[in-house]
Amino acid sequence: MYNFEFAKPSSIAEAVEALGHDEAQALGGGQTLLPTMKQRLAAPATLVSLNGISEMIGVCVNDAGEVCIGGATPHATVAREAQAQYPALAALANRIGDPAVRSRGTIGGSLANNDPSACYPAAALGSGATIKTNTRDIAADDYFQGMFETALEEGEIITEVRFPVPEKANYQKFVQPASRFALVGVFVAKFADGVRVAVTGASSNGVFRWAEAEAALSADFSKAAVEGLSAPAGDMISDLHGSGDYRAHLVKVMTGRAVAAAG
Amino acid sequence: MPTDHGIGASSKRREDLRFLTGRGRYTDDINLQGQAFVHFLRSDVAHGRINGIDTSEAEKMPGVIRIFTGADFEGVGGIPCGWQVTDREGNPMREPPHPVLAQGKVRHVGDPIVGVVAETAAQARSAAEAVVLDIEELPAVVDMRKALADGSAKVHDELDGNLCYDWVFGSDDAAIDEAFSKAAHVTTLELTNNRLSPNAMEPRVAVGDYSWASDESTLYTTSQNPHVIRLLMGAFVLGIPEHKLRVIAPDVGGGFGSKIYHYAEEAFCTFAAKQLRRPVKWTSTRSEAFISDAHGRDHITTIQLAMDAENNFLGVRTDTLANMGAYLSTFAPSIPTYLHGTLMAGNYKTPAVQVNVKAVFTNTVPVDAYRGAGRPEATYQLERLIDKAAREVGADPVALRRQNFITQFPYATPVAVEYDTGDYNATMDKLLEMIDRDGFEARAEASRKAGKLRGLGINCYIEACGIAPSALVGQLGARAGLYESATVRVNATGGLVVMTGSHSHGQGHETSFAQVVADMIGIPENMVEIVHGDTANTPMGMGTYGSRSLAVGGSAMVRATEKIIAKAKKIAAHLMEASEGDIELKDGQFSVAGTDKSVAWGDVTLAAYVPHNYPLDEIEPGLEETAFYDPNNFTYPSGAYACEVEVDPETGKVQVMGFAAADDFGNIVNPMIVSGQVHGGLAQGIGQALLENVAYDENGQLLSASYMDYAMPRADDLPFYKVDHSSVTPCTHNPLGVKGCGEAGAIGSPPAVVNAVVDALQRGGYAHVTHIDMPLTPARVWSAMNG
Ligand SMILES: Cc1cc2nc3c(=O)[nH]c(=O)nc-3n(C[C@H](O)[C@H](O)[C@H](O)COP(=O)(O)OP(=O)(O)OC[C@H]3O[C@@H](n4cnc5c(N)ncnc54)[C@H](O)[C@@H]3O)c2cc1C
Repeated sequence: MYNFEFAKPSSIAEAVEALGHDEAQALGGGQTLLPTMKQRLAAPATLVSLNGISEMIGVCVNDAGEVCIGGATPHATVAREAQAQYPALAALANRIGDPAVRSRGTIGGSLANNDPSACYPAAALGSGATIKTNTRDIAADDYFQGMFETALEEGEIITEVRFPVPEKANYQKFVQPASRFALVGVFVAKFADGVRVAVTGASSNGVFRWAEAEAALSADFSKAAVEGLSAPAGDMISDLHGSGDYRAHLVKVMTGRAVAAAG
Repeated sequence: MPTDHGIGASSKRREDLRFLTGRGRYTDDINLQGQAFVHFLRSDVAHGRINGIDTSEAEKMPGVIRIFTGADFEGVGGIPCGWQVTDREGNPMREPPHPVLAQGKVRHVGDPIVGVVAETAAQARSAAEAVVLDIEELPAVVDMRKALADGSAKVHDELDGNLCYDWVFGSDDAAIDEAFSKAAHVTTLELTNNRLSPNAMEPRVAVGDYSWASDESTLYTTSQNPHVIRLLMGAFVLGIPEHKLRVIAPDVGGGFGSKIYHYAEEAFCTFAAKQLRRPVKWTSTRSEAFISDAHGRDHITTIQLAMDAENNFLGVRTDTLANMGAYLSTFAPSIPTYLHGTLMAGNYKTPAVQVNVKAVFTNTVPVDAYRGAGRPEATYQLERLIDKAAREVGADPVALRRQNFITQFPYATPVAVEYDTGDYNATMDKLLEMIDRDGFEARAEASRKAGKLRGLGINCYIEACGIAPSALVGQLGARAGLYESATVRVNATGGLVVMTGSHSHGQGHETSFAQVVADMIGIPENMVEIVHGDTANTPMGMGTYGSRSLAVGGSAMVRATEKIIAKAKKIAAHLMEASEGDIELKDGQFSVAGTDKSVAWGDVTLAAYVPHNYPLDEIEPGLEETAFYDPNNFTYPSGAYACEVEVDPETGKVQVMGFAAADDFGNIVNPMIVSGQVHGGLAQGIGQALLENVAYDENGQLLSASYMDYAMPRADDLPFYKVDHSSVTPCTHNPLGVKGCGEAGAIGSPPAVVNAVVDALQRGGYAHVTHIDMPLTPARVWSAMNG
């Protein structure tokens, strides 16, 4: 790790100001950024911690009935506090990493990083969430732009994520044996006006919606409806832990299981 | 019989107080006055020619003290190999040089090229980034079969190819050909034994120190055998006589073999400390550990079994390619030969057994012993083969094994070893009691209803440990003896300090060794302290590996304690004015047989050091004895293991539902510690079978270079084990009758897991799946099912 300055603002406005400096970078839980810095693969001049900004931490429900999660809220808090309103989301948060990771890692950090194997992107895209930043609201459909790529501008902070609550939902995570990130993860959400299916871990373009499954499930929300589909084609990741074909197969299996578990 | 103290008691591990409360003292906790830090710039290509190293910018960086390259080590020896294997023509193996820092070429990703010494570790690392390397990348040799093909690139230009040796062992060609020509059935299996990274919890660390006033060098290092390091580094690398070199291995956080070997970083720190007249420290990162700690296993094997029409084993023939990596690590050549070929008879009275091993150089990290070392590879191939054979001829896998068990001891195998004792039916009977085999069908039916395939795998193992008879291993090419030593020092007030040449790095020696000595004298265990790990205050010993410490080191302790008792009896006889032959020692009291006269242990020890009333004309004062023990034979622990799995046919995921281990370790000193050793071994064996794998791409880049891609077993990957070690056939040739238990779990478990998965798939209708190579990841199992 190289030397760096450290700032811990207590408001969004101060954080935005601090991030305006040259080579300043936001620090969420540091679960991705700090290991990268230790390996000397990142060298920000200033780290701006978002962990002291109380308006960015916590879970609540807004007038529209959406579950709103502050951008600096750790996974463990989501697992605990979203349980009543959005159990599928809470369950997803509760299976990220290990207790230490869940106590530090944040939803904003996870979505900003957009790791192709991360869990939250599936929940955000699958729920049709809104990513609120210090400057604008971004629909999940516009936010994810490929592996590690998002719609965020330089210095833009995720301050809140708003999740519409579906009638039924479930996340199925098939873990990569070493990292225990998602080898394939599928988030299925059934809303009054249709079903959304978001897939993480599988594609080299990052999280994506599986349109065929959405259409089939919107017509018939059952495991059988998934069984009739062919596995999604496209640019699947192929690595030590599984071929593209295997991942495509798992997408179908996990989708079916998510539907069955959603009830 | 369990007791509450002494031999047979589950005494709590006294060392755990400091380990569990963070008060252990590891090598990285040692920080010396004026200490500097080294950072190694390592090769990021698998194979390349060094055309230039420009350190000029780096030298100007803050805090830099000195930058060393291969040229600085030209007058210094290379890292030696401790074992010479002779090939089928009687020629010695090819033994290329292994420089401390790369000279001319780099030969694997991680090969150290430059050592930058600076005031802080961060400064050393920054300066290393400023070193400019001009390396011309060469074609990498990764695949062993390709390495042996004509026209392959060569890891070592001075050799005629990449073959280290071509070794044949056991029955002669005529005998083996006859066995196969008579066979009614021949079973053939091709398999790989996956390469593993040892992953001790504590990464390696070395601190070199030098005193110019006394011309003495000291090395603090994470070692399983400080005396071996002193001998190898002093005599072969740096030319420092042993009385001027002290090696200290304090608390060490796990080794599993990887801390046996003498590594370049140790020699570097010792050498640089002398050059710079300052202590020099290196602490490995986990990332460096993956590319610099010796790996384990990595065999490609074809094995065949010949059976007659009644399913009697007639012959076993096996051909293995064994990866040596880029250089010969300390014991590397002996692992696939003398620790592997000698076990190929297994638990069976097969009359003809022939083993061929070709050891191969590749542009990968050196491969050496890893928990079990050679014996897991032997057990895996044989026990997988027997399972396959049973299926092919429609025999019950347990019955087929029993039918061919060795039942008469001693038994001389066709592969040069003589089993002193054992009872393979006893451990198999025990195992069957533990696993409810009759209830399996009902469990399988329940799994089937839940959409899962259930399978049961059973196998046996035998291993050779208590390493090793020096004269025998000397004939086989070992360049060292493999005795062990102990000094027992009794203090005036009766407490004892036992100095052992073996080394504890997780095994609990401080507890179990104290139990042995205390038991012999009949005093509380807390009167005995065990000292290990420092060449300055322990007798020359060979360290800890090969499940040797109790069998060999414990035997030395017994011999030394016997000498103590013999002398103490003389003193007691004098004190009680009795004849020496009438003195009895029980519960720490010396008494005169047939009388009520007695003196306590403490009276005798005090007399030894305050010899006012003492037979000075007959014996010396003091009470301190040393013994060296060289075993007559290996010890042969054996057992039967069973694994039950569920396979998810939709994903290929394997879940271990149960695991049982019935072992015969001979006599048991501390049952709790033995169970713990078996548990740890099973975790590593199940890890090898299902999760762990070192993978290189075709350019020699390590793909599994961190825990993001190298899968270590976690608690929820493992079941609650059932372990039993109540089947005891005491070792016939050591005084404690013990065999050793450190490696068994890792040796016996991989075939049980794979047998179980194949069984599950076969029962589930996947008749084409007769084998899957480890690790049985979900992706591999799914591919096999759908292949
Ligand atoms: C051992 C381990 C296991 C893990 N397992 C999983 C898993 O199973 N599933 C999973 O999904 N994830 C997993 N993770 C990732 C983890 O959950 C975190 O979500 C992730 O590391 C990023 O969150 P963070 O708060 O730590 O972000 P940081 O590491 O602090 O930052 C990551 C990036 O996001 C930026 N950033 C941080 N906060 C914001 C913000 N509010 N607005 C804009 N940019 C921001 C930073 O500048 C940086 O570029 C694991 C991590 C570890 C270390």
